[in-house]
Amino acid sequence: MNSVHTIHGGIHPREEKQLSRPGQVIDAGLPHELILPLSQHIGAPAEPIVSVGDHVKGGQRLAEDQGAVSAAVHAPTSGHITAIDMQPVPHPSGLTNVCIRLTPDHADEWLVLQGLADYRSEAPDTVIAHIRAAGISGLGGAGFPTATKLLARERSAIHTLIINGTECEPYITADDTLMQVAAEQIVAGAEILAHILGAETILYGVEDNKPAALKAMREALAASDDALGQQQVVSFPTKYPSGGEKQLIEILTGEQVPSGGLPADLGIVCQNPGTAVAVRDAVIDGKPLTDRLVTVTGRAVSHASNYRVRLGTPIAHLLALAGFTPGSRQRLIHGGPMMGFALETDAVPVVKTTNCVLAPTQEELPAPPPAQACIRCGLCAEACPASLLPQQLYWYARAKDQEQLEKHHLFDCIECGACSWVCPSSIPLVQYYRAAKSHIVETRDDKQRAERSKGRFEARQERVEREAAERERKRAERKATAQQKAAASEADDPVQAAIARTKARKEQAAQTKDAS
Amino acid sequence: MDFLRITSPHGHGPLSTAKVMQTVLLATLPGLAAMTWFFGPGTLINIIFGGLIALALEYAVMGIRQRDPLFYLRDYSVLVTSTLLCFALPPYAPWWLIVIGVASAVLLGKHVFGGLGYNPFNPAMVGYVVLLISFPLQMSSWAAPRGLGEVPGFTDALTALFFARDYDAVTMATPLDIMRQNTGLLMDDLYREATQFGQWAGVGWEWVNLAFLAGGVWLLYQRIFTWHGPVAMLAAIGLCAAAGFDGGSSNSGGSPVFHWLSGATMFGAFFIITDPVSSAVSNRGRLIFGALIGVLVYIIRVTGNYPDAVAFAVLILNFAAPLIDQYTQPATYGHDRSSE
Repeated sequence: MNSVHTIHGGIHPREEKQLSRPGQVIDAGLPHELILPLSQHIGAPAEPIVSVGDHVKGGQRLAEDQGAVSAAVHAPTSGHITAIDMQPVPHPSGLTNVCIRLTPDHADEWLVLQGLADYRSEAPDTVIAHIRAAGISGLGGAGFPTATKLLARERSAIHTLIINGTECEPYITADDTLMQVAAEQIVAGAEILAHILGAETILYGVEDNKPAALKAMREALAASDDALGQQQVVSFPTKYPSGGEKQLIEILTGEQVPSGGLPADLGIVCQNPGTAVAVRDAVIDGKPLTDRLVTVTGRAVSHASNYRVRLGTPIAHLLALAGFTPGSRQRLIHGGPMMGFALETDAVPVVKTTNCVLAPTQEELPAPPPAQACIRCGLCAEACPASLLPQQLYWYARAKDQEQLEKHHLFDCIECGACSWVCPSSIPLVQYYRAAKSHIVETRDDKQRAERSKGRFEARQERVEREAAERERKRAERKATAQQKAAASEADDPVQAAIARTKARKEQAAQTKDAS
Repeated sequence: MDFLRITSPHGHGPLSTAKVMQTVLLATLPGLAAMTWFFGPGTLINIIFGGLIALALEYAVMGIRQRDPLFYLRDYSVLVTSTLLCFALPPYAPWWLIVIGVASAVLLGKHVFGGLGYNPFNPAMVGYVVLLISFPLQMSSWAAPRGLGEVPGFTDALTALFFARDYDAVTMATPLDIMRQNTGLLMDDLYREATQFGQWAGVGWEWVNLAFLAGGVWLLYQRIFTWHGPVAMLAAIGLCAAAGFDGGSSNSGGSPVFHWLSGATMFGAFFIITDPVSSAVSNRGRLIFGALIGVLVYIIRVTGNYPDAVAFAVLILNFAAPLIDQYTQPATYGHDRSSE
């Protein structure tokens, strides 16, 4: 396991890591209001268990996780619940969502927290329950609920845990800083995760542009008295997007995650260093996830740094701390420059997945020039870490040729943006793929829906026919019965009898008349 | 406050299409220098005159198509097309030949299909073949190289361009012509007898080819294209020539070195088949694309009736490129190559 493997493609954008001075942490303090979205993770939103007006303590659960894929939300400090309403949240489409708003009382009073005395003697399920109770979801990017991810051990035997300290996005230094200041906690968290998963090996993958983090991690490993087995810090050449989960697995193991599969299919689980620390805090100290490190950087802020931020802190508060001077055509990016999304407003809060707030100047990251024609130069194919043919996907996306898009494995695109970055014609390729993907998913849904309604229609048709046949059968039955009866009473036909009676009556009446 | 909303990625690499095209133009300089040295300023004047025509045509067509002409002129692509075509035209060609060639390349080769990026064929080669079929006499009159004839001066070149009737160029059969027509001589005798053959493949031609090779290698170094197409084409030509060399008999098709350094071989390998728009897209596809061009170049040179074969070979493979793409999709991450 000493050698690292190379991945296809990749690019070398300017790193800009020193701008935020990795290794230094500033406490962001308490804002006037914390805005806590019920959905800071992938999966079902949490359900509030507090009401407006309630006083809550730090660490108190405010919203319960719902179902298998969900994460709870906790109070990052003590204060009053002032509202539960729709607020703008960090989202590529600038959506609003339900948030619990908490006004801090500045006493910062906390519940008494209770951790596990010795997690090693506990069953994995008990430890997972602690992680679930702490509301932890991945701090790296996607925000998948950690307790759910750990269920991978039920899917297949896990032999390796990878702690992804790659942080290949330019500008971001939150993981780099965390590895420098909290290496021991990362190792402790990783050991808990490995215990749960039954993994014998822990690999810490770190790009070689973070020498201080590498040193800190190696020292922390040397100091660890864990008898678990092999743990190793692996450094490899800096290249974007080495930190993609699939890419990192190939770099460290030489194996590729099967298309449509999970790392667990290879016996591997990946976790972010921040998640490892959150797991450690939850299991050892009983502390829920209520804060995180956020890189605030870009040349439109004067004090770029890493900030320790309570979840729910409005980004405007952070920007004010960092000395933000907006320029013309100012962009505000949630995440890094390659995969982050532009925010519409700085009123949105820091959530569990907020690793970076990037405020670049116009000169620093200029808006893209108008797209020119694709000349199929193939630079995108050289840069694609998934070995796709982006230039072909682009044509098929424009032609809305879904069959060819799927044949060219559109859904293996990880949207890293390397193709757009190299494209000499400045074509927003990733945007085309996102649109094409959602278009295909929509078509599939439509098809499924059409098939369902077709099924329903056919079922109805069958029922109507069946009922009609039933009615017909009953009618025929009734008719047959009636005919039978008629045949049986042929001798004294009631009609003839009635006619005879009337005749008799008439005759009688005539006789009476005559008599009078 | 409302911020600017742009989709990721938010950064961009240093390369632009205009820079790619400029780099290609720069890389033709060694070839241009060699051609000017050996054949005089004819090619240079062709390129300047053809470039002006091309810019004017592009401007007019973009106007007709109701696009901003200046935006499209700035990508330099039409200059690359006209320059590559003019390299292939005989020096001291009359002006109308160049106008017809450039117009065919820009209009028939490119704009009728929808402009840059939509052309299935290499536009320069479309222009070349239109001229070759329509005006075979003018197209096969190559000037004699320095050392075998008088190299014309600048005034001669301008006279040739604008007053074609008043100019009588010293023209001479090229080594490729002689090789094709040879029936009786052994290779060694042929090289001794015909003064055109020079050291390896032809006076002037061998150096012109080496100069284009140098420019092409520089483009490879600049990562403007990958090695797959050019190397495959040269390897295929070399293999075919080696197979058909026949020990240098009178039936010989010429040695690999002869074919590598003759006619438009290096120019074609590095400047024509590398046109990304009309070639195969994947690296494996480009290997096949280049190799088949190499095979066709050899076959057409040895058995055909035209002065050179690169243009026809390229156009034929342009037809085949989409088919090649269909069967050479690279293995995507996470997909087993054997299962597809």
